[in-house]
Amino acid sequence: MDFALTEEQRMFQKMFRDFVANEIAPLAEEIDDQEKLPPAVLDKAAGQGFLGALLPEEFEGAALDTISYCLLLEELGKACTSTAVAVSVHNGLAAKTILDNGTGDQKGKCLPPMALGEKIGSFALTEPSAGSDVTALETRARHDGEDYVLNGCKTWVSNGEIADVFLVFAATNSGAGDHGISAFIVERDTPGFKVGYREPTMGLRGLTCNTLYLDDCRLPAANLLGQEGEGLKIAAKALDFACLSLSAICLGGAQAALEAGVQFSIEHVEFGGPIALKQAIQNFIADTAAEIESLRYLVYHTAWLADQGDGYTREASIAKLIGSEVAMRAANKMLQVHGGFGYMREYAIERLYRDFRALRIMQGTSEMQRFVIARDILREKGIQIEP
Amino acid sequence: MDFSFPKEYQLFRRMVREFVENEVRPLAEEIDREHYVPFDAIVKAGKVGLMGVPFPQKYGGIGAGETGYCIFMEEINRVCPSLAAVIGAHTSIGSMAIYLGGTEEQKQKYLVPLARGEKVAAFALTEPEAGSDAAAIKTRAVRDGDDYILNGTKTFITNGAHADVMSVMAVTDPTLGPRGGVTAFIVEKEFPGFQVGTSENKMGIRGSNTAELIFEDCRVPKENVLGQFGAGFVTFMKSLDMGRISLGAACLGGADACLESSIQWAKTRQQFGGPIAHKQSVHFMIADMATEIEALRSLVYRTAWMVDTGQPFSKEAAMCKVYGSEVIHRCIDSTLQIHGALGYSRDFWVERAFRDQRITEIFEGTSEIQRIVIATHLFRPEGVRISA
Repeated sequence: MDFALTEEQRMFQKMFRDFVANEIAPLAEEIDDQEKLPPAVLDKAAGQGFLGALLPEEFEGAALDTISYCLLLEELGKACTSTAVAVSVHNGLAAKTILDNGTGDQKGKCLPPMALGEKIGSFALTEPSAGSDVTALETRARHDGEDYVLNGCKTWVSNGEIADVFLVFAATNSGAGDHGISAFIVERDTPGFKVGYREPTMGLRGLTCNTLYLDDCRLPAANLLGQEGEGLKIAAKALDFACLSLSAICLGGAQAALEAGVQFSIEHVEFGGPIALKQAIQNFIADTAAEIESLRYLVYHTAWLADQGDGYTREASIAKLIGSEVAMRAANKMLQVHGGFGYMREYAIERLYRDFRALRIMQGTSEMQRFVIARDILREKGIQIEP
Repeated sequence: MDFSFPKEYQLFRRMVREFVENEVRPLAEEIDREHYVPFDAIVKAGKVGLMGVPFPQKYGGIGAGETGYCIFMEEINRVCPSLAAVIGAHTSIGSMAIYLGGTEEQKQKYLVPLARGEKVAAFALTEPEAGSDAAAIKTRAVRDGDDYILNGTKTFITNGAHADVMSVMAVTDPTLGPRGGVTAFIVEKEFPGFQVGTSENKMGIRGSNTAELIFEDCRVPKENVLGQFGAGFVTFMKSLDMGRISLGAACLGGADACLESSIQWAKTRQQFGGPIAHKQSVHFMIADMATEIEALRSLVYRTAWMVDTGQPFSKEAAMCKVYGSEVIHRCIDSTLQIHGALGYSRDFWVERAFRDQRITEIFEGTSEIQRIVIATHLFRPEGVRISA
């Protein structure tokens, strides 16, 4: 057992910290207010190699190990949840999924421009009737000669407004249930493909979540990602990594909330002294810090597991479940420490509170994570469960 | 013991609900988006006497007592917490201070038009350096002939930018401390030296105005000393005690709306081959919500009954506020979770309710202050004096 970061990881961490402090943190309020990421944010992230974080050097990537990647998301999460999620969707859900499942041609074509930030990635699974229940998706891909023709609609697609490369999941064989779903690479300018309605979200306002319309959207067979019918397997693996990624963002976010609360408690005076001297406030701080430290090693351990090459589904779900709840409790308690100030838009904690509420829903609700965890445990006892 | 509502209260609730459904619900989304309660329209539409529910008829109210007022706030807050905040600041504390502490002349001059909805009230206590510690206020009032001259700044004042009449707390004798050294004043917005400062940009209850009030050599005639000189702190604390019950009632209404909506959505939303109403996780969330709501309902109306029957109620009022605000927090949180991504979208009321709710744990005394009040009441008979 060795809990220390390697020298390289510490070096990366410092670099991420500096970058985030200089380039992202000053923009966080504006990003929330303007409800978009200024193009400069992603350009600068690309300049540092952060948009090819998980890709090997042959695809212009930075080839980070998973712990280092989580350190990046943690630092981004401290400054701006919207940016952190946008970057994680691009890297973890889109680029990494192409890397893991793509043909040589697909990787050669898609990945270098993604690593350089010339193309942003997105992942389109959810549909109006298929939220937690992804097997219920209704988007169809029918064979037409050598091509596939896609019809349907996707909702709540992160990076919808800014992405160029979308991974779209559709049923190729509607009779085959879970095994009838396939994954496709869809470029934004494909005829029949349209990015539509932008969801007006409570928080994460810099992230764009859109509806996608596929209307006789014709794709050559070369755009099928992996084998036909492998879609859910591909999605499940991508979502394991997404859970881990979100937990790292939660870890950063919770720390930002704690830091804001602690600072406020030192500066704000009531009853003749800083409120940091009050036991009720100290308890808020101590409980939050205790939860953050538990989360930290859960995240790093899960990241380490991901690099060991075995499955880590249960651990990823645990990290996401705990992470999203720790972040929300942290924001809630630290908002309370701020009193009336915490309810005002000019204080960062107000934004964190709105942002973090998404984390218990997106990329698998807390209820779905609990299902995954329980399913994994009960399966070992010979019991199969349904959601 | 009789836990049923008398017929006139049942009729009153039906009347308020009808008003809220017809006149307020269609505007609730716009009120949040536009940061404004179309006050005149709503007050005019309100044949129920919106602005003076708890006050006797001789002061322009409708004489519904605390129980009637709780019913009223419950119904308003089911649909529009911004409006509930506006009416609450006006009635529960702004006008209440005049009702509880004012002289007969002051009641006739100020309370009557306030209760009739002809004028809007605010309650000006909080200062930049006196939030939870209300006794730390620095606004000073100094006698000058027949007037008092007020200097200071109040912050986070609900209705601040729209109020015609403000109950304002100021230090009149720093050597005497809060009891004796603090006096309440009735300030009209036209008084020279008064001005409204900046308004806050808030997470929720965005339809209600929250502003800074600035008193710069503000001249207030001595007739506008609210009630007794030196009794301001006590009057204000009594007003806040009262306000806490109806705030608990408002939370009750909001929480009940959450429960209702969660059940309906669970019936409608299909996942895994059936409605999510078939899922045990959803059942348990809903069962917990319903249980807490029933406990809150009993607490709120029992406390209102204590007020209406002249019993001491300060401890129970603090319980209404802290429990109510935390029950609605848990209820709206579960409701959002049950609604999934839809609950996170500004297209649907759940998102707004989630933002609106969070203030209830903070304004008019944070949850921490309520707990201190409750503990103070519990330790005092044991001979233990506790300080914040």
